[in-house]
Amino acid sequence: MIVFQDVSRVYVMGDTQLRALDHANMHIKEGEFVAIVGPSGSGKSTLMNIVGCLDVADEGTYFLDGLEIEKYSEDELAKIRNKKIGFIFQNFNLIAKMTAWDNVELPLIYQKIAPKERKERVAEALERVSLLERKNHKPTELSGGQQQRVAIARAIATKPSLFLADEPTGNLDSRTGEDIIRLFHELHDAGNTIVLITHDDEVAKQASRRIHIRDGRVREVD
Amino acid sequence: MLKQSLKMAWESIRSNKMRSFLTMLGIIIGVFALVVLVSIVNGATSSITDSINSLGSNSITVTVVDDKENPLDLEDLRALAEDETIQAVSPTAQSSVTGKSAYNSESVTVYGVTPEYENIGQLEMAQGRFLKTPDIDNHSSSVIVSMDVVNDILSFSSASKAIGAEIMLNGKAYQIVGVLAEEEEDSGSIFGSSSYEAYIPYTSLIRLVDNISHVTSFAVSSAIEDLDTTGDAVSKQLLKRFDNDEDAFTILNISSIADVMDSVMGTMSLLLGGIAAISLLVGGIGIMNIMLVSVTERTKEIGIRKAIGAGRSVIMQQFLIEALMLSLLGSAIGVVMSWAALKIISLISGDISAYNLSGGVVVIAVGFSIGIGLLFGLYPANNAAKKKPIDALRYNG
Repeated sequence: MIVFQDVSRVYVMGDTQLRALDHANMHIKEGEFVAIVGPSGSGKSTLMNIVGCLDVADEGTYFLDGLEIEKYSEDELAKIRNKKIGFIFQNFNLIAKMTAWDNVELPLIYQKIAPKERKERVAEALERVSLLERKNHKPTELSGGQQQRVAIARAIATKPSLFLADEPTGNLDSRTGEDIIRLFHELHDAGNTIVLITHDDEVAKQASRRIHIRDGRVREVD
Repeated sequence: MLKQSLKMAWESIRSNKMRSFLTMLGIIIGVFALVVLVSIVNGATSSITDSINSLGSNSITVTVVDDKENPLDLEDLRALAEDETIQAVSPTAQSSVTGKSAYNSESVTVYGVTPEYENIGQLEMAQGRFLKTPDIDNHSSSVIVSMDVVNDILSFSSASKAIGAEIMLNGKAYQIVGVLAEEEEDSGSIFGSSSYEAYIPYTSLIRLVDNISHVTSFAVSSAIEDLDTTGDAVSKQLLKRFDNDEDAFTILNISSIADVMDSVMGTMSLLLGGIAAISLLVGGIGIMNIMLVSVTERTKEIGIRKAIGAGRSVIMQQFLIEALMLSLLGSAIGVVMSWAALKIISLISGDISAYNLSGGVVVIAVGFSIGIGLLFGLYPANNAAKKKPIDALRYNG
């Protein structure tokens, strides 16, 4: 499902080079629930951007579902993100002016799905996160936990190959965080692949496997 | 997708009402100026052209400046009329006299003409007859007057009552044999309101006033379409008569005046239209400015959209539609305002027909606005489309 072969990402700032990822190798199989753990500055975010096809590696190869990501153009990557990756961000990243329903519907519009099916899938996804009755609320009218659930519904609706969550509980209190983690468990039980990026060991323990990253190098422990 | 973009654009315009309005103001003023100015010039042109045509579009006016001690008389004019390009010739002597009745007295413009002038001057009779050949031969005291003379000097309300009545011109009694039809409203509004006119036999006018003894000006109507050919024929004959001196007379061709008028008005409308177009251009720059701000403000949103799968073209389309919508709304408001302004101008000038919203100008103005919306929306939209998703997501504004 996800294969990293000697992936490096180098940022050049003036005349200093920063190796955010240094010959990283890893393997994530379909249906796995994996946590990528590391302190801040370890290269976690860079890893997440590359896994999410938001950024491309400078060296090495990244296969997602057998696709060699480095070979695709920016617009093609947008399509790949649209079809294969369900993002869940720390700060939710919902569009403030749009209702919960419209936010969930947006990626389906980009997929050019017919209105009727779109409607069914949006309703289904919102039902799944128990927010259907709040479909006409805007993000500002929802609590943090509810916003994150809308974001998860947005990911669910696209039926992605991979749920990619970046510190999904980072902005939530512990009880709401637990609700969110429970949702991930449910998604995992339904056979979805989940990659959770966090610095929180408690959250990481929830995953069935942990990948540690430090100074741009990946070490698989346990 | 398009529906979504339209909805988003509308939301964005609506959520910043004041800003959107100020942005549109440039376009509104531009369209307004373009449509109103060009429509007014067009209206004035057609009104002036009508007036000129009503003076007789197939007539030539000749004025003799220097008669070389050998003045023209009626015989000369009759000889001139022999030319095959010439239909008729009539002297057009003109003088100002006092027109008096028992009721009132006013200054009247008297024309000394021959029967041919009815055709040349395209005069229309409301009542009675025009001059006839015996009137000329007998120096008769027949007069044809305008409706204003009937109303104001004789104080009759209808033309028929005036037939047979007497009017004193410079103290001499004339019998009214005909009354002219009133001129149409629009030509009157340009050349002053009431006109006291009287037509008497040319031969009578010579006796009535002291300063006219020979033909110094006359009108020629053309037998053919091309007035210039007729003009040349007249010119040729007169040159022969006046020792080849080109400065002895002037030939005035009404249709050439109309042509000059047309080209002057055309230039005028181009000039005004150009100035208005510049203000539209400035409006377009205003749109670009606001769109750039809008793109920066929505960097985060662009990042989210790109992350969940929007390609460059989708983002581009969204901002282009917003720019287009701004310029279209602006031009729609501008057109409505122009329509209202032209109605008011027509009402004030008392001339309902002249200042119409001219369809061609509206199409040009709206088309131009669309062009400007596209042109000045392109750069900001492209700026938005080429943002990198990770940079845009990280943006905190």
